[in-house]
Amino acid sequence: MEDINQKPAESAQVILRMTGIGKSFLGIRVLRGIDLSATAGEVHAVVGENGAGKSTLMKILAGVHQPDEGTVEIGGTTRAFAHPVEAQRAGVAIIYQEFNLLPERSVADNVFLGREPTRRGLLDRAAMDAATSRLLDELDEHSFGPRDLVKDLSVAQQQVVEIVKALSVDARIVVMDEPTAALAEHEVDLLYRLIRRLQARGIAVLYISHRLREVFDLADRVTVLKDGAHVATVAAGDVTVAELVKMMVGRELDAYFPPRAAEPAAGEVRLTLAQAGNAKLDGIDLELRAGEIVGVAGLQGSGRSSLAKAIFGAEPFTRGEMTPVRPASVREGVAAGIGLVTEDRKAEGLALNQPVRDNALLVARAIGHRSRAAVSDLLRRVQLSPPREETEVKYLSGGNQQKVVLAKWLTVAPRVLLFDEPTRGVDVGAKAAIHDLMRELADSGTAILVISSELPELIGMSDRIVVLRDGRVAGHLPAGATEEAVMALAAADEAAA
Amino acid sequence: MKRAIPIFVVLAGLLVAIAAANPFFLEPAGFLAFLKRVAPLAILAAGQYFVIVSGEFDLSVGSLVTVEVVVAARLIDGDEAMTWPVLVLLVVIGLLVGLVNGLVTTKLRVPSFITTLGAMLILSGAVFLWTGGAPRGALSQGFRVFGREGVWAVAILAMVVVAAVLLMRADFGRTLVATGDNEKAARLSGVRVDRVRVFAFVLSGLSAAVAGILLGGFAGVSAQVGQSLEFQAITAVVLGGVVLGGGRGHVVAAIAGAFTLEALFTLLNLHGISGALEYAVQGVIIIAAVAVGGLRLPALRLTPSKV
Repeated sequence: MEDINQKPAESAQVILRMTGIGKSFLGIRVLRGIDLSATAGEVHAVVGENGAGKSTLMKILAGVHQPDEGTVEIGGTTRAFAHPVEAQRAGVAIIYQEFNLLPERSVADNVFLGREPTRRGLLDRAAMDAATSRLLDELDEHSFGPRDLVKDLSVAQQQVVEIVKALSVDARIVVMDEPTAALAEHEVDLLYRLIRRLQARGIAVLYISHRLREVFDLADRVTVLKDGAHVATVAAGDVTVAELVKMMVGRELDAYFPPRAAEPAAGEVRLTLAQAGNAKLDGIDLELRAGEIVGVAGLQGSGRSSLAKAIFGAEPFTRGEMTPVRPASVREGVAAGIGLVTEDRKAEGLALNQPVRDNALLVARAIGHRSRAAVSDLLRRVQLSPPREETEVKYLSGGNQQKVVLAKWLTVAPRVLLFDEPTRGVDVGAKAAIHDLMRELADSGTAILVISSELPELIGMSDRIVVLRDGRVAGHLPAGATEEAVMALAAADEAAA
Repeated sequence: MKRAIPIFVVLAGLLVAIAAANPFFLEPAGFLAFLKRVAPLAILAAGQYFVIVSGEFDLSVGSLVTVEVVVAARLIDGDEAMTWPVLVLLVVIGLLVGLVNGLVTTKLRVPSFITTLGAMLILSGAVFLWTGGAPRGALSQGFRVFGREGVWAVAILAMVVVAAVLLMRADFGRTLVATGDNEKAARLSGVRVDRVRVFAFVLSGLSAAVAGILLGGFAGVSAQVGQSLEFQAITAVVLGGVVLGGGRGHVVAAIAGAFTLEALFTLLNLHGISGALEYAVQGVIIIAAVAVGGLRLPALRLTPSKV
């Protein structure tokens, strides 16, 4: 498992060499000293947890961000891209998770968008169609043609269009960001074949994925990033799944978490799901009891937020059972005593131009709740500092905003409270206050479900952990499970289990 | 309320200027005449405020006012006994038009700009069809007293202001503003955002009915009585610092905007500037008010009040 970053296979031609890349946003270092190289015909996987710096690194390669330090060499010459178009001209193509395609236009129109061939000043459709056809043939793709509209294509076919687009600009480096996230199982095999063809053409493929099975299926080398730093670059054949997971997460539980209840809290059952499902979830069995904090782990797109929204009634379950009630709307959920602290507090949690008081009372007012607990007491309870009721919430820090969201739910004393990323973008002090409050609520009999991408937080707070993968329950873990155990369930499937 | 301060300063300045040009303005009769003139627009501005603060528009109120007046004249036709039944009918018409506007906007998801533009054209067309351009009939004395007697007009205006302020302090008002500010957050907090918005349109329709009753007595019966009042009402609301798009602004400031607009027209009149300029003045005001509102935002963001 020695670091082989600096000595790629002798015979292959090095196409990309990024050296010592560093980047800060608003004074916060998000990348430091990252090295990454790729040779012609290589598939190089880049892995790491959410927030490890993969996306930022790729955006630097694509010219979206400019590095503060370090160099990018492509084909042996040092390049400094001021704009994505420059990177594209240098042969870098990025296929983002969200495709950049115009649905109402044809495949050929999309492939040649912005650089349409012309003949005597007029669009040369024949040339566009011919060139697109030729590239589709090369990829052995005959299920659609250059004149088909993009909106009529499947997700997998749209991905092919993105790849054709990359080929048409003679890309030498193709970056794929979570390319299988939106694909069905059988479509993944097609993608593998496409990637092999790119390899055969001597293109370097940078493959970003959470799914370790794909990494082992495809990659020649793997680079692991963690907290914005380079951990290691290893040959895929020299490393096991377990070793890779350890490199990705290996760190100490250093934050403070309030102590759990001494006895495993086994209060009355507040909510039960049996084989519950909807468009994004399937066969979910889950029980929430008074007094316990249940953690939900899973990768992005595993259905974590969907689960919270389904229980709450915002994106209701359409199948299976939920007792005591299966809410079909938010109001039914709130009436059943369920509250949701949403993932994105600015977009979904708060009316930013309204004062603290109006936000804190929003739920109580919406459902015509009779007893209006004194807002000032509540604000003291959530430790809003300073507890000024007339300040518009847009002027509050992230931590204080989150406390207002909490106060909003506490006014109606919910029996079940769902937290989606409760401490994202919140400073350390406020984080501890929110953690304390969650435990205090549980101790006083609220059933709590918490979703967090931050594994130390999830493990530190939860009395037990449910791991989701692809909209299903992948497994259950007890309190104090290791990050490796969680990641193994969440990221890998049979290969790692 | 901080956003509302400029409008009161401007209003005070204009009132002083009017008083300077015409001392009669300071006498009770003079001021009462001014209030009587303002009342219909102020009431419309209050109604329009509810709709705008929820993030929508109501362009139909001008045509609705015309409908109210024309229907009243035709049905009463000088018969005192018909006064009260017709007043009730007018209120029902206002509520119904508002209800339809609200339902079309929320349930059929037609942008309110289009919904109420359509309603405005439909109502104008209906009036024209029904009257052939020259309304028939006459209002009763009992009807005209509301718009003609300053005391009545002022009493109605006062009631509207008090009701509007109370509504905005109640659960309805707070959830209405929250809906206009962040519909998604309101919905996820259990607010029935559609119902709240429909109610705002109903209130706007009601305000048009009341304004129509006052204007019938004040200005008399014509097929042009409500013309362009929707734009005056929107101008007044914007002038009061209420943000188009919803979520920000105070109802009292919107009403003060109506007072300011009327005071400005009065002042122009006193200085012998043609009434024909009123449209142009309004156009300049609405653009300037929105531009100033836009300028103020980044300035606010820079204030170091982050706590």
